Amino acid sequence: MDHELTLRVDGAEHRLSVDPRTSLLDALRQRLGNTSPKKGCDHGQCGSCTVLVDGVRVLACLTLAVTRDGSEVVTADGLSAGPPGSGGDHPLHRAFIDEDAFQCGYCTPGQVCSAAGMLDEFARGRPSVVTGDLGADPELDDAEIAERMSGNLCRCGAYPGIRAAVARVGREREGTR
Amino acid sequence: MTEMLEHRAIGADLPRRDGAEKVRGTARYADESPAERPAYCRIVQAPLARGRITGVDPAVAEASGGVLAVLTPRSPGGRGAAEQLADTSDAEYAILQDDEVHFRGQVVAVVVAETFEQARHAADLVEVTYDEQPGDTLFSAERNDLYRPEQVESGDPPDSSEGDVDAALEAGPVRIRHTYTTPMLHNNPMEPHATTALWEPDGHGGAGSLTLWDSTQSVHAVGTTVSGVLGLDPEQVRVVCPYVGGGFGSKGIPHQNVVTAGMAARAVPGRPVRLPLTRQQTFSLAGYRPPTVQRVALAADADGRLTAIANDVVEQTSRVKEFAEQTVLPARTMYAAPNRRTSTRLAALDVPIPSWMRAPGECPGMFAPEVAMDELAHELGVDPIVLRERNEPETDPDSGLPFSSRNVLACLHRGAERFGWAGRDPRPGERVHGGWRWGTGVAASVYPTSRMPVSEAEITRVDGRYVARIGAADLGTGTWTALVQIAADALEVAVDEVDVLIGDTDHPEASVAGGSTGINTWGSTLVAAAQEFRKRFGDTPADGDSARAGVPPNDAAERYAMSAYGAQFAEVAVHADTGEIRVPRLYGTFAVGRVVNPRMARSQLVGGMTMGLGMALHENSLFDPRTGHVVNHDLAEYHVPTQADVADLRADWIDEHDPHVNAMGTKGIGEIGIVGTAAAVANAVWHATGTRVRDLPVTLDAVL
Repeated sequence: MDHELTLRVDGAEHRLSVDPRTSLLDALRQRLGNTSPKKGCDHGQCGSCTVLVDGVRVLACLTLAVTRDGSEVVTADGLSAGPPGSGGDHPLHRAFIDEDAFQCGYCTPGQVCSAAGMLDEFARGRPSVVTGDLGADPELDDAEIAERMSGNLCRCGAYPGIRAAVARVGREREGTR
Repeated sequence: MTEMLEHRAIGADLPRRDGAEKVRGTARYADESPAERPAYCRIVQAPLARGRITGVDPAVAEASGGVLAVLTPRSPGGRGAAEQLADTSDAEYAILQDDEVHFRGQVVAVVVAETFEQARHAADLVEVTYDEQPGDTLFSAERNDLYRPEQVESGDPPDSSEGDVDAALEAGPVRIRHTYTTPMLHNNPMEPHATTALWEPDGHGGAGSLTLWDSTQSVHAVGTTVSGVLGLDPEQVRVVCPYVGGGFGSKGIPHQNVVTAGMAARAVPGRPVRLPLTRQQTFSLAGYRPPTVQRVALAADADGRLTAIANDVVEQTSRVKEFAEQTVLPARTMYAAPNRRTSTRLAALDVPIPSWMRAPGECPGMFAPEVAMDELAHELGVDPIVLRERNEPETDPDSGLPFSSRNVLACLHRGAERFGWAGRDPRPGERVHGGWRWGTGVAASVYPTSRMPVSEAEITRVDGRYVARIGAADLGTGTWTALVQIAADALEVAVDEVDVLIGDTDHPEASVAGGSTGINTWGSTLVAAAQEFRKRFGDTPADGDSARAGVPPNDAAERYAMSAYGAQFAEVAVHADTGEIRVPRLYGTFAVGRVVNPRMARSQLVGGMTMGLGMALHENSLFDPRTGHVVNHDLAEYHVPTQADVADLRADWIDEHDPHVNAMGTKGIGEIGIVGTAAAVANAVWHATGTRVRDLPVTLDAVL
């Protein structure tokens, strides 16, 4: 039996009725036609499906759509410098292009969303497993970025470019704080 | 000598033309192609390595919600039997044609339903019964049924022999004789193989037309294969693929999934059908690098000059279709020695069909010899780079031809300088600090430079711009951008006056994006088309003026041996207590001819090295011979390198001008990055620990 729910996706509100077995990823891709998040494994192992749900990075393939009724979902396509879906580039979009932080592009929207979520977690002082001093504000160095971005696989091996892109946006953000 | 293009756009550090779409996720991949009311297809796979299907009952699945069709094998026949295929000469494509099970994971039924969830559920409800037979699945070099293939995949002979290797080994005075192994490996592009297929019975003048939006390294190969198998005129099949979410060889030869998608679409005329393989399904249906056992023998005089090189290779193929990886090739060409021997023997097993994986042959075939060279250097007490200097051939040892350019030593020297190799303490297991044992290692890289025989391009003046069309592919390699740079130089105009359209069989036929031949072939084709265009229309063409040309043959290939080369340097740290292996530094320096676009070239080389790092330390398809099953068939258990595994990993190149390869001066860069990487890491692990590991991947249990 299908379930009714409301999702706000990239700034636009959608009412839809879904099979309770439908993942948030399939709801976005197959029901709403938003194919920005990708399906690389469907098992929460690769990170290609990463989106922001209510501001937090989430694996859309491991999330049942019916559990997110009323949520705000932002994909890499909706990510922008302003409100979700308001158009224009987010600094991460530019940085990924400038640092050639991708090749085939399939993991890229997930990387971009994950980076946005991760920079926010970092800004709020959340430590990671490689953070040395839990009492001090962590520094956004290569090791921190690598650790915090390791849930997003890239088979093309664009990791150095991804680190450079995330570091650049992180530094810009720190400069404006 | 080839007439060289004047380089203006070639060499420019331009961003990717498809960058904006890719970072937002709006670039459309095969499973995302526009489709009205798509249905979903799900494959049912055989759960045994060998046997006979005794019955298929689709009744429960058919009664399940939303099911549109269930395709079953023609034998035992009955309801839902699949269509009879026109050409089953390639057993890989003989899908649902008989009751034989050749390997675990083979397609035994196909479900089409209204939704993804319904198809997935119904696939579980198809009842298939089997007469199971004992599967012959155990790969071993000791088997007594090994055979010699007629040729290896590259078309070269399986064996070679010159001089007397055994006598040279007897004479010594320095000998290395060891067995090295590489495991079964899976390509695992991030986008699993996927197709959207639409059969329109009224299309093509009533004969029917099939459109396949497929994730492929060659739209034309898919079109040719599928039309042949289904008995259609090639004109009836159109294949579209603007973007590929990685391939690494696994999307080079069409596999069962795309033929299955075509059959499913024909079962529901007028409905587009989406068939995305699951990650798990790709492990049995999309090819893999077969495991190899390599017996390498080197003999040298006291000065370190090789007197003999041998690599006797045993590797796996499937019983249903032969795939003979060309692992033997590097030992034939890399170093000079008067006595040389290679051999290829295959074990044909009830296993999934192997296929191309990044640098098939050269990649595993450089691991064993490059570790053996490191062992020889230690035995002789010479630096590994010096050993390679002493064995640098003047002409290609295999063909006797001069090299069009060979800069492996330049790469070793430049790389050594960047890496800080000078003054290295050669003793193994001597450097412990911070609880870690430190070491460094080096290995060489090689990958042949070639051009495919068939490709065609068309250039047309449209609205004051130049629009080139060629059915090429961009796997993330940068084709969308690099071909514009080449076409612009060939037409002697700026890049912003040029568009190049790729990825569609409606464009002129292009060769596969494989064997590092893409830019060499398509670029040469565009140059020929540009010359034809200028010859006919001059510098002031009118709108609509159009010219075509095919790829010119390269006569120089008969006079010169052509390859790209490289040198890779690894620094490893092995934890003294746990054996954990890290690679803090991995530097590669390459000689790849002219680089068309530096940022994209660097990304490809770094990507190849990263995959090589995975081969060195992480990747291993664990095949269970009892069940014929790769037990770690997902990305949680098949470990590709993650962000945190890759530390200071860099690639650069020397300035190389080769006037013989093609008009651009390019050699191809997609594959050389993975060649030699695993040997460099394994050699560094030995230097750190004193433990020589000859079996990949190098894991902590081997060094504790």
